[in-house]
Amino acid sequence: MSVPLAAPPAGWAEADRRLGPRLILSRVVALCVVEIQKLSHDRSELITRAVQPALWLVIFGTTFTKLHVIPTGGVPYLDFLAPGVLAQSVLFVSIFYGIQIIWERDAGVLAKLMVTPTPRAALVTGKAFAAGVRGLAQAVVVYAIAELLGVRFTVNPLRLLGVIAVVLLGAAFFCCLSVTIAGLVLSRDRMMGIGQAIMMPLFFASNALYPVELMPGWLQVINHVNPLSYQVEALRGLLIGTPARLPLCFGVLVAATAVGIAGASGLLARLAR
Amino acid sequence: MNAVEVRDLHYQFGETKAVDGVDLTVRPGEIFGLLGPNGAGKTTTIRAITALLPVPTGVIEVFGLDVAKRRMAVRRLIGYVPQQLSADGSLSGVENVSLFARLFDVPRRQRKAKVDEALEMMGLTEAARRLAKTYSGGMIRRLELAQALVSSPQLLILDEPTIGLDPIARGSVWERIAAVRAETGMTVLLTTHYMEEAEQSCDRVGLMHRGRLGKLGTPRALIDEIKGGTLEDVFRAYAAGEQDEEQKGLRDVRATRRTAGRLG
Ligand SMILES: Nc1ncnc2c1ncn2[C@@H]1O[C@H](COP(=O)(O)OP(=O)(O)O)[C@@H](O)[C@H]1O
Ligand SMILES: [Mg+2]
Repeated sequence: MSVPLAAPPAGWAEADRRLGPRLILSRVVALCVVEIQKLSHDRSELITRAVQPALWLVIFGTTFTKLHVIPTGGVPYLDFLAPGVLAQSVLFVSIFYGIQIIWERDAGVLAKLMVTPTPRAALVTGKAFAAGVRGLAQAVVVYAIAELLGVRFTVNPLRLLGVIAVVLLGAAFFCCLSVTIAGLVLSRDRMMGIGQAIMMPLFFASNALYPVELMPGWLQVINHVNPLSYQVEALRGLLIGTPARLPLCFGVLVAATAVGIAGASGLLARLAR
Repeated sequence: MNAVEVRDLHYQFGETKAVDGVDLTVRPGEIFGLLGPNGAGKTTTIRAITALLPVPTGVIEVFGLDVAKRRMAVRRLIGYVPQQLSADGSLSGVENVSLFARLFDVPRRQRKAKVDEALEMMGLTEAARRLAKTYSGGMIRRLELAQALVSSPQLLILDEPTIGLDPIARGSVWERIAAVRAETGMTVLLTTHYMEEAEQSCDRVGLMHRGRLGKLGTPRALIDEIKGGTLEDVFRAYAAGEQDEEQKGLRDVRATRRTAGRLG
């Protein structure tokens, strides 16, 4: 009897000891590859997802640029707004992952993933960076729209690398946040509602549309604990060169992502039950 | 060493005793069928064996490894196909299988060959490049079998492999399962509520009802016990009166149909 499948080659047992960072990295790669494959099959999604940021930039951006009612310190309002819209559209993409994970739970996909030798933290990290891949695709689209509208974004490769890092971290954090909420509510309908309900406040209680100084005091407080604001601040600094506390922004985003991954992995077992 | 060893397994969802004291042994190389109506506790038992549900130590062993203590090691030995049709419709056949090759650390050099081999065993070579959402229900099941086989598992666990499929697709799924076993000597643990199919395809079966495993043996022996008939008769003799489960059955079938519909 030939045994092509029943006996794994001896070398595979080694993989058992491949715990920690290497295992996580390999799972992140696996899940990001899948995300890229999905994107390549359905490019129309990129276009549908471009409509909303385009509207924000064209309608809101150009109108308020003309009105000159929002003081942005010498920067045209459209330029000021563009990084905010970029962050917003990445946020919208990643919040969707919580809904998706409930859908995957209902469809048995999550159980199947969890019955592979993949620790929960690795699975969540993989999902988070898969969201990052989608966020990056989204960012490229918004970048292109903004350029078309005459926004002069940076072309400095080092700064663009920084932008990529910020987008990845932001997407990863909001993906984990939404998976965490999914793990708490456990129902797709409730998740849809909550997704909508948190996206807007996150967006409006951030510096995406207007400078912090314009906010009433209570909103400034919220703004201080809103990771989206740090993401926008960093993006704005990198893309259009406004003053930004980059180390602080990166620090907040990295810490938020780490907490998000821990929270989401803790709740993943609840989802699978 | 047994492929699966379950000793006095209990599992409760709130007040519902889904599994209520199950003892079970699956021998290496056999096709073992866990039979019972919907709501009997089959899926819960499977989910405990795959360590998806928390189970105390000393209750479940897979090839001698305690599931509670060696979760990752156990998972390397298992290929699992859940009850719902769970392949990713937005990926092609190859991509669906490659993902699982990666998740099981199939070395890069062997990955393509393994993926092709698994797809070929399931008769999906032609359709491999198409998106899974264009597949029929039977093809999706076979794709999931390919996903489960790509890591060369020692133990293949299939939860209701033929639920919601038309008779021809069912026949082809059983054929493939039998072929895999014949070729590789892999152990197969499956659940089903189609007694007839189990009678034909399983080496041994366990009859499950309301969280308990009542009868255990070869279909032949069980049928002889009631002096002839079918496995269906055996089951009827063992558990009479299940009107309330009937309704659950309908719900389950509808849910699977929905899944099938979503995938195209
Ligand atoms: N996640 C769950 N939450 C609550 N009850 C559940 C859950 N899963 C299963 N049950 C209940 O446990 C019992 C056994 O279910 P299950 O193991 O799915 O049966 P089977 O697979 O034999 O149809 C049923 O009464 C079912 O309603
Ligand atoms: Mg079931």
